[in-house]
Amino acid sequence: MANEQRIRVLIAKPGLDGHDRGAKVVARALRDAGMEVIYTGIRQTPAMIAEAALQEDAQVVGLSILSGAHLELFPRVVDELKQRGVDDVLLFCGGIIPQEDIEKIKAIGFQGVFGPGTNTGDIIEFVKAHAPVRT
Amino acid sequence: MGAAELAEGVRAGNRRALARAISHVEADSAIGRELQRRLYRYTGNAQIVGITGSAGAGKSTLVGALAREQRRRERTVGIVAVDPSSPFSHGAILGDRIRMQDLTADGGVFMRSMASRGNLGGLSETATGVADLMDAAGFDVVMIETVGAGQDEVEIATAAQTTVLVTNPGGGDEIQSMKAGLMEVAQILVVNKADLAGADTAMTQLKALLAIADLGAWRPPILKVVAKTGDSVGTLVDHIDEHHAFMRSNEHGDRERRDLARKQIVALTRAALHREALVTANQSGALAALVDEVAGRRRDPRSAAGVLLEAVRREWGAEIASR
Ligand SMILES: Nc1nc2c(ncn2[C@@H]2O[C@H](COP(=O)(O)OP(=O)(O)O)[C@@H](O)[C@H]2O)c(=O)[nH]1
Ligand SMILES: [Mg+2]
Repeated sequence: MANEQRIRVLIAKPGLDGHDRGAKVVARALRDAGMEVIYTGIRQTPAMIAEAALQEDAQVVGLSILSGAHLELFPRVVDELKQRGVDDVLLFCGGIIPQEDIEKIKAIGFQGVFGPGTNTGDIIEFVKAHAPVRT
Repeated sequence: MGAAELAEGVRAGNRRALARAISHVEADSAIGRELQRRLYRYTGNAQIVGITGSAGAGKSTLVGALAREQRRRERTVGIVAVDPSSPFSHGAILGDRIRMQDLTADGGVFMRSMASRGNLGGLSETATGVADLMDAAGFDVVMIETVGAGQDEVEIATAAQTTVLVTNPGGGDEIQSMKAGLMEVAQILVVNKADLAGADTAMTQLKALLAIADLGAWRPPILKVVAKTGDSVGTLVDHIDEHHAFMRSNEHGDRERRDLARKQIVALTRAALHREALVTANQSGALAALVDEVAGRRRDPRSAAGVLLEAVRREWGAEIASR
């Protein structure tokens, strides 16, 4: 029997805004592409996100943000992951992120940055191409 | 990380090692099997509690409330929450953490979401295997949340030492229809959402069903709770403790443990035989040939199964002889 690698993706919304429509659309699209999506809900602190990623042994963590606090919150998520020794996850984010911030976010380890109106097919392809293989 | 290192990490309470070990058991990998072989001897200390009921009954909310109550009693808590996979894509959205967000920050709690079809070793075996890892990791209480729908879920419920069946007010028809299955495997019956109208009617219905159920020495208590506010959740924990003590104390408990052990061995053997037989049947081409014959009505399915079994036996015999 083919021991096909399952992809586990944690989708979280850090920060205080309560709109998770976008996050849910992405979660469903990834589910429909055959992935296991752990959806943690809104208003997550960086520590909660990192701890959930650890417990769930997710290969991929996707963050959705609309509040504009990405430059403050994303580095803290990266830090919290590091503190827990979670050093082999693929990070991506979506939401409202100004053009001039994209490079900064990529520099701290987010390989994928998806703005509003992104085709979910692009996110699926990105995750499939870059999700780390676990042995 | 290899099995030895992971097993050591699990025993030492390393959360990352536990998380990775669970992934191996879910994947039914060689490391996963080795982990189970090494760690089973350290199990048997945790209280294993199954929480089952229909989708939306409030199981996750109740698991969260129970975990908070157990933490107040200074017990550590492991949680396995199983959600159904999509039958189409085999993907899943696992949303049980939403109801337990506050517990993520608590170092005395470890929660893992599981998709019903994301594992290759059989759902109930895998869920039980994951619970065993948490047991070996030293958690005092391990809860397994499952939707009480199919046969697999009933099996998970049976594998837990104490199973709590969660129903709701106004779920009368549903209560009627499930009497055959889950009623028999539950040791505690709960009417959750008792803040809504109709809770007493549901209690009466459950009592009536219990009166005609085939029960052993344990009389399942029935109680109303409000998972959302934590109302009566303390009493529920008391009942769970009572059942645990009951299982630990009398000879009935010993028989239950042996029954459970037998069931687990038989189920795993059956699953392995099934899997290996089909692999052999496919590889040898015997199955494909029989499919043609049966589809063309030249042979009946029953005798085709007999021929296939004979072919599998021959293959296995040859394999053993060549060793
Ligand atoms: N009124 C009321 N609603 C509840 C209670 N417990 C859970 N719920 C709600 O029931 C819905 C389903 O809860 P959830 O825990 O996800 O159910 P599950 O699918 O069985 O895990 C949610 O909207 C909860 O807020 C309760 O005690 N009273
Ligand atoms: Mg649930």
